[in-house]
Amino acid sequence: MKRLFPILGVVTAALLVYALYMALIGAPTEQTMGNVQRIFYYHVPSAWTAFVLFFVNFGASIVYLVKRKVAADRVALVSAEVGVVFCTVVLVTGPIWARPVWGIWWTWDMRLTSTLVLWLIYVSYLFLRRFSSSGETPTLAAALAVLGALCVPFVYFSIWFFRTQHPQPVMGGGGSIDPRMLHVLLINWLAFSCFAFLVCWSRYRLEKLQREVDQAHALESLMAPRGSVR
Amino acid sequence: MKGNNAYLFAAYALTWIIHITYLATIVSRYSQLKREIDSLRKNK
Repeated sequence: MKRLFPILGVVTAALLVYALYMALIGAPTEQTMGNVQRIFYYHVPSAWTAFVLFFVNFGASIVYLVKRKVAADRVALVSAEVGVVFCTVVLVTGPIWARPVWGIWWTWDMRLTSTLVLWLIYVSYLFLRRFSSSGETPTLAAALAVLGALCVPFVYFSIWFFRTQHPQPVMGGGGSIDPRMLHVLLINWLAFSCFAFLVCWSRYRLEKLQREVDQAHALESLMAPRGSVR
Repeated sequence: MKGNNAYLFAAYALTWIIHITYLATIVSRYSQLKREIDSLRKNK
């Protein structure tokens, strides 16, 4: 496993460089929007990656609620944290793309607002994990995660049910996309997925180590003679 | 609308700034934990 990490790291770095090259140079230029449309190759894969991570968080939270496995709780925490990072990228790149295309940075339409609400739900999940010291925190967080995950399909399909400025989804939206653009989009998604997997892996190891250190501190406090406990 | 390359580069740059900042927090937390582990070993 220790050897696999650097190998995957090199493969992911190469994939990210290739995906960046394809996004900036390899993909055809969109006729109406011009080069600014290339933001699509970072915006959409980041959104898909965030959605996948929120579903992993959902699955791990269900497992934790049913079986009380600590590893499942760790996976839930890590996937929510990395998912929030990717969702932040979506919320940052979206307005930068909207400004030259729509003429505005932000509009309170259903897709944009629901994405912001989704981000806020998972940020509150992380706040709960960070600042609550109750023994019930993982259970409460898992319950919040289950509710948060219900928002994900709502965000994705909101453009079907409400009138919105946001374009239809690339997958299952009924629209068409140039096959060369789709190819570049999928390469970028693969690259970001590998990157997200590696980040989750590192973060999982860190979380495991953190709990071991916390346990060691607790043990040290118990073993210390009376009056010398820190 | 064409020729808005500044928006494109801003989006790409901010994406990587967000990811690198997050990676930096992981590295910083890891170094802090390593220091704690070292101090725990010394106290043994």
